[in-house]
Amino acid sequence: MPLSSRHLLGIEGMPIGDIELILSTARSFSEIATRPIKKVPTLRGRSIINLFYEASTRTRSSFEIAAKRLSADILNFSVSTSSVGKGETLVDTARNLESMSPEIIVLRHQAAGAPWLLAETCRECSIVNAGDGMHEHPTQALLDAYTILERKGSIRDLKVAIVGDISHSRVARSNTYLLTKMGARVWICGPPTLIPLEFGQLGAAVTFHLEEALADADVVMMLRTQRERQNEVFFPSVREYFRLFGLSRERMRATREDAIIMHPGPINRGVEIDPDVADGDHSVILNQVTNGLAVRMAVLYLLLGAGEEES
Amino acid sequence: MSLLLRGGRVVDPSQDLDRRADLLLEDGKVVAVGNLSAGKGHEVIDVAGCVVTPGFVDMHVHLREPGREDKETILTGSRAAAAGGFTSIVCMPNTTPVNDNAAITRFILERAAEAGLVNVYPTGAITLGSRGEQLAEIGEMHAAGIVAVTDDGRPVQNSQVMRRAMEYARIFDIPVMDHCEDLFLAAGGCMNEGQASTRLGLRGMSRAAEELHVVRDIILSRITGGRVHILHLSTRESLDQVRAAKAQGIRVTCEVLPHHFTLTDDDIQDFDTDFKMMPPLRERADVEAMLEGLADGSIDCLATDHAPHTRLDKEEPFEEAASGVIGMETAIPICWEHLVRAGVVPVPRLVELFSLNPSRILKLGKGTLAEGADADVTVIDPDRRQVVDPSRFRSKGRNCPFRGWELRGAPVLTVVGGRVVHRQESA
Repeated sequence: MPLSSRHLLGIEGMPIGDIELILSTARSFSEIATRPIKKVPTLRGRSIINLFYEASTRTRSSFEIAAKRLSADILNFSVSTSSVGKGETLVDTARNLESMSPEIIVLRHQAAGAPWLLAETCRECSIVNAGDGMHEHPTQALLDAYTILERKGSIRDLKVAIVGDISHSRVARSNTYLLTKMGARVWICGPPTLIPLEFGQLGAAVTFHLEEALADADVVMMLRTQRERQNEVFFPSVREYFRLFGLSRERMRATREDAIIMHPGPINRGVEIDPDVADGDHSVILNQVTNGLAVRMAVLYLLLGAGEEES
Repeated sequence: MSLLLRGGRVVDPSQDLDRRADLLLEDGKVVAVGNLSAGKGHEVIDVAGCVVTPGFVDMHVHLREPGREDKETILTGSRAAAAGGFTSIVCMPNTTPVNDNAAITRFILERAAEAGLVNVYPTGAITLGSRGEQLAEIGEMHAAGIVAVTDDGRPVQNSQVMRRAMEYARIFDIPVMDHCEDLFLAAGGCMNEGQASTRLGLRGMSRAAEELHVVRDIILSRITGGRVHILHLSTRESLDQVRAAKAQGIRVTCEVLPHHFTLTDDDIQDFDTDFKMMPPLRERADVEAMLEGLADGSIDCLATDHAPHTRLDKEEPFEEAASGVIGMETAIPICWEHLVRAGVVPVPRLVELFSLNPSRILKLGKGTLAEGADADVTVIDPDRRQVVDPSRFRSKGRNCPFRGWELRGAPVLTVVGGRVVHRQESA
């Protein structure tokens, strides 16, 4: 059974069947990581391009290793956007890359919607969104769901608290879509300067009080926080932020005893999360990274392999 | 040279006229309206079944010349105007260089005369380079032919500068036209801040960014006695403020654009940059407020903010793409379908909004078919159907959010100074 779309652009609008297919396929791939030789020939001869307009270590390497474990050829193409002159447009770059006949382009871009522009431009290859601006980061949400399922068995009726800078977070958006689709009760928490007024309409409950978000939570997802963005200041000090929204051992007492702590990384230790908590028993932060490989292998495989075998 | 338009429904609110009549134009002037017979040498055009009105005036267009002739020129913009049923257009000063001195004003008028299609009225910058600091030589530009001042696109943030501009413009009794946007509050947003921006992960711009400057301008108009015209008003609250100010006798007028009474931010599908403009598409309640304001008279004018861009400028991720949509070649059909046929406004009110009122605000001496008036006429076929196809536009721009819309009612004949500048072949 193939995916319903040629591209993986976002979780919003993605059928639940596709999500379940990716997660179950990822489960079968997770075993490969335990083998002495971590490689299968499934995508031999296929080429994938990692097109990254933003600095990223975790996501880029994760896609790269996932592709290599499936024996695909992968090319890393990083574009510096710091220079004043922008040079080639995204559309031109995409056309050039597509002329080299890759099967998949994995795109990370600072502008929301960039993968849609690419999907419209590229006639042949599939586009995977590896994060577009403040919009979506679908593979992150999928690996988060995978990690929750691994620990909890089911997502239905779980209370999931997502805490931090919601406004600028593609992880918050994709996870809210995905987890509410799978029946979780999602709570969004952070200072009102970092939560759009309308976020509740995406299906989440909103609170500005951490204790309310943490009360009996099964899952706590902490997001990276920056005090300043583009010269706008969103809270007075890191000290006050941690006091109001930081995850400490003490505040963890409000959650369920078996609660898990997640973070998409990179972590600001001492800003949004106490180092002891980040490294503690409840933390699954490194499992998320491990699971990211299996989930991305599944995505690449399903966009290429599965459809092919059918025909 | 004489032209007789025979058998149309002549609608001229300046004379409270709405009846079937013939219209005779001679030597660039209106000679008579009534039951007329063709004389010797009269060219006769049968306009039975059509609506004959004083020429439409688009008081807000960007012609891009000088500087960005790849986007539009005064010639191509004039062609778009003529084809869209406009006999007069008012162009914004945000060219390269900015129209902040009489030499640029004269250049624009020369190029318009060379194009020789429609009346082109330049506006001048309020401040030098539209930098918002020092007043431009408004008197010099006024002598050269500007009809208003505005820093459209780079709105004046310093309220003291705005106050001085309103005071100074009183010498010439020209309006200060303002693109109302508090740039700090707008914070670089690329669409309306709301549910849609939250969903799309695009940086939103609070509606308050517009409303605060509307309120500011109203207050400055009150204390200075200067005339202020609010460009492209787009929110319910802005309109309420204008309505209240008018009731107090403050000299404020405003215009609304077709996309702000037909589209909302929910229409931005798949990050389509043809739906990106400033002010951005708002919400359902705002659209309803615009329709109410058009019907009840609190909105003075319609305009297009015709803003052509190249494909390259639009073929970018949404937040990086250029802002603006074209509008001159769709405005009348959109208004006919969504205002007249939809029962929002009767035909005479549409003519007020798009001809008489802009002409009065800018003192153009147009907007009427009274005897002796300039022979500028727009003829609309209320039954003509079309599907919007930007590839057929005369404008260089293709950035149109109405692509594929089926519309009924279209301009079929445009007469400027007694001369036919556009005639639609019958389908």
